[in-house]
Amino acid sequence: MTTSTRRSVLRTTAWSSLAVAAALAGCSKKEEAAPAAASEPAAASAAAAPASSASAPLKIAFAYLGPVGDGGWTFAHDNGRKALEKELGSQIQTTFVESVPESADAERVFRDMVAQGNTLIFGTSFGYMEPMLKVAADNKAVHFEHATGYKTADNMRVYDNRTYEGAYMAGVIAGGMTKTNTIGVVGSIPIPEVIRNIDSYTLGAQSVNPKIKVKVVWVNEWFNPPKETEGAQSLIDGGADVLLQNTDSSAVLQTAEKNGKYAFGWDSDMTAYGPKAHLASSVNIWGPYYIKAAKDALAGTWTTGHTWWGVKEGAIDLVSISDKVPADLKAKVDKVKAGLKDGSFAIWKGPIKSNDGKEQLKDGVTADDAFLGGIKFFVKGVEGQVPGNK
Amino acid sequence: MDTYALLLAATLNAGTVLAIAGLGLLINERSGIVNLGAEGMMLVAAIAGFATAVQTGSDWLAFGAGALAGAVMAGAFGVLVIWLNTNQYATGLALSLFGSGFSAFVGIKYTQEHLAARPHFAVPVLGDIPFIGPALFRQHPMVYLTVLFMVGLTWFLYRSRAGLVLRAVGESPESAHALGYPVRRIRLVAVMVGGALCGVAGAYISVVYTPLWVEGMVAGKGWIALALTTFATWRPSRVLLGAYLFGGVTMLQFHLQGEGVAISSQLLTMLPYLATIAVLVLISRNPVWIRTNMPASLGKPFFPGS
Amino acid sequence: MLQLEARPAPSRAMSLASPLIALLVTVLAGAALFALLGKDPSRGLAMFFVEPFRGANAVSELCVKATPLMLIGLGLAVCYRANVWNIGAEGQFVVGAIAASGVAMHASADSSHWIVVPILVAGTLGGMAWAAIVAFLRDRANASEILVSLMLVYVANQLLNYLVYGDWKDPNGYGFPQTITFLDATKIPRLFSGLRVNIGFVAALLSVATFWLFLFRVYGGFQMQVGGLAAAAARYAGFSSRRALWVALMISGGMAGLAGAFEVAGPIGQLTPYVPAGYGFAAIIVAYVGRLNPVGILFSALLMSLFYIGGELAQSRLGLPKSLTGVFQGVLLFSLLASDTLINYRVRWHAAHPAHPPHPAKSPAA
Repeated sequence: MTTSTRRSVLRTTAWSSLAVAAALAGCSKKEEAAPAAASEPAAASAAAAPASSASAPLKIAFAYLGPVGDGGWTFAHDNGRKALEKELGSQIQTTFVESVPESADAERVFRDMVAQGNTLIFGTSFGYMEPMLKVAADNKAVHFEHATGYKTADNMRVYDNRTYEGAYMAGVIAGGMTKTNTIGVVGSIPIPEVIRNIDSYTLGAQSVNPKIKVKVVWVNEWFNPPKETEGAQSLIDGGADVLLQNTDSSAVLQTAEKNGKYAFGWDSDMTAYGPKAHLASSVNIWGPYYIKAAKDALAGTWTTGHTWWGVKEGAIDLVSISDKVPADLKAKVDKVKAGLKDGSFAIWKGPIKSNDGKEQLKDGVTADDAFLGGIKFFVKGVEGQVPGNK
Repeated sequence: MDTYALLLAATLNAGTVLAIAGLGLLINERSGIVNLGAEGMMLVAAIAGFATAVQTGSDWLAFGAGALAGAVMAGAFGVLVIWLNTNQYATGLALSLFGSGFSAFVGIKYTQEHLAARPHFAVPVLGDIPFIGPALFRQHPMVYLTVLFMVGLTWFLYRSRAGLVLRAVGESPESAHALGYPVRRIRLVAVMVGGALCGVAGAYISVVYTPLWVEGMVAGKGWIALALTTFATWRPSRVLLGAYLFGGVTMLQFHLQGEGVAISSQLLTMLPYLATIAVLVLISRNPVWIRTNMPASLGKPFFPGS
Repeated sequence: MLQLEARPAPSRAMSLASPLIALLVTVLAGAALFALLGKDPSRGLAMFFVEPFRGANAVSELCVKATPLMLIGLGLAVCYRANVWNIGAEGQFVVGAIAASGVAMHASADSSHWIVVPILVAGTLGGMAWAAIVAFLRDRANASEILVSLMLVYVANQLLNYLVYGDWKDPNGYGFPQTITFLDATKIPRLFSGLRVNIGFVAALLSVATFWLFLFRVYGGFQMQVGGLAAAAARYAGFSSRRALWVALMISGGMAGLAGAFEVAGPIGQLTPYVPAGYGFAAIIVAYVGRLNPVGILFSALLMSLFYIGGELAQSRLGLPKSLTGVFQGVLLFSLLASDTLINYRVRWHAAHPAHPPHPAKSPAA
């Protein structure tokens, strides 16, 4: 035997003995009194009993895409979770896992959540769709809620917010505040939601200023502050003076601040990050939906479906509108808000043309959710093409 | 016309981070040590700088904190690699990994923080010249300091005795050792200075470039800076050139997107990396060129007394 | 003062004890960290070292996570032993996944289960092709393989995005960037029903044996390693360094591509922008902690998986931050590198400076 092979055999023995030692240690630790809060049942027997008994609190788990401190998307979800805790107190018990990657690892996280006794599980990003479906199929007694997706199952439903309403209202302000008639959007990933937001921003701006042009850059990620900064800078250098973002950090707002331009906060109130540049923030308010979902689970009335809430249900709002915005513009926004709340105002109402000249929505026709869900075109006024379109 | 001036300005800004880190790594590599831990050092320095800026409100203290963090990490790396002769590549990778985990960990408290708005920088008089003014003279002082530093480093390497000794250590540590120079100590100093510069670059990212802290915010710039030193055949002026080239292509691709150019954004995003490979190939094609420029002992362990 | 004194010959005992010392240091550092964060250290350590073994599902997950690490790590070990520093295994993994998906998407409802074979072959070839670029540029233009392979990682990621946002997008997927979910026929066969571990793990174990034979029993493997350790001697003996370069990169690229194929046709089941999970970089650590030895890599891959899964559990059950995993991995590698010096050096207490420490005997295998 060569030295190296003997060493590797000895090494093998060393590692195996270590593994055995660890396993033995593990066995003895099982007997240890575990603190009451997080009990650890054997992972294999995953079926969790629904919290039907009045005494045991409903265990709810959240899977987040980013860190709770991102000041954006995940921060908003976590605020929703906190609102849920405040409302339902001792009836529920919430936990969360942050920075869950949208990959094969997600499945493991969801399975562990089930193994920990959670019976209502929220996955807050599109990429969790397939893993959640797989875990849902194996755990029929657990309720799964997937944000921004489209596939459902008997025990898995989909929820989303009408972020485009916030984008539209921001657009109204942008159209009125721009001096160069060029506004910009730092886009994340070219999915229908983001394209819809860009379009709605444009429509909103055009409603007060038909001359505006919209420039778009794509960061191709949800969250990458340095890239978002570079993208924002290039929009500003290209003449845009009011920026919207669909990315998750406050980098765009900060860049606008640095350059003396305007921008909007997105997902959460970002006023503090750029007080001079901040015009308003379009925020996601997840609390009301989370409370409803938890109440459904507690009452046993949970059914599958697709929920899409907006300003009407209190899930979207344009907040912290800056004093720099003139009163008449603010009044316009309030009018839109009121119209959305009582259902009298529709953003996507024809005639709407895409920027290649084709008619997408006929005069007088109001778009339905199916149409809105599959938007793949840029409306007239947006420069460039949707990436990936032929 | 105005857009091009702004594009140039953005290029300078984007390239400065790469330039500072690249110059630091150049000093490292001139002494014969490859430090693959640049990314990790920059991340730790970024959080150190950001935290200092939040607590004290001073940018320059933040740069100092970043430099210190980089130097400490490089020092640990140096001791392992120079005295304990651990494999340079693996140790550098370990440093990178540790740095990203550690910075994320320490930075948890700071993800919600932000910095007060910075004043606009502009060189008086020069900043108002049409075109050239906005293009070149409205940058953060660090941009100009970088250029000055590059000049100083060139002088140091090629005109000063200490620089000659450093280069000698990189070319042939055995000969330098035989001549009585404290090779290991010189290398450690080079490594720590290199680390301090990477630290400054890291702090620049989190305090000036994108005044935020987010884990992983260096986003690969440390690795690009490593590429730059080879790309620049270990000459300071070329490091700067490469840094601005890379920064420029990055900003250009966003610019093209904004103009609605019909090339897919993913292909445009590939441009900086493909450009780096292309230039690398062009430079490396001439083996004599590389051989005459690369510090001969780069990456090899040194055993005094052999 | 403390001095390092070279040993006359590498210490066998220390080369055994060194990884254990490193592990111990990591465990102690971990315990200290947990205490600092206000969590019970023993529970924290249990999350990392005990929980991932509890129950069949947990062990299966460990194997699932370890499979790509092992496959890529083995390839990298061959590469590094030949002194070819392939840092771009991540890119080769992605291109392998792309190639495998390309084949998988052609499956129809009546495809036989054997389509798995061309899928895996395609993945391997894809990874090899990507590594071939690196080999070619190093061969013809002397371009550093470290930098080219690294740049190609970013290019590979963008290529993936380009396909997944463009031509390969699921037409019924509402415009979301992902391909269709691959049909059942393409799924990598699982070992046990209900558990995610699949034949990829078996392939990884077989690879461990194969690579061990190649490196230590086959002349070709020996040639490569000599080329890596002493290029001049290798040339003198007639070993072609060019062949070593190509063989090393083809093998490591192929293994990375194979791992990509297993991942995308196995646990993931479609091509998404999130396929690049960092395995290519983690495998570098795995290869190194495993001392570039196939059997060592088997265990270091499992150890690394332990850290990943333990980190997730520590997060979900104890509320500890995710970044802990990176800290653990970094500390482990550092400690290992540091304690490895004890193989070649002794720590001695000296009253005065010795003139020059004697040159240590070089150990045959790193």
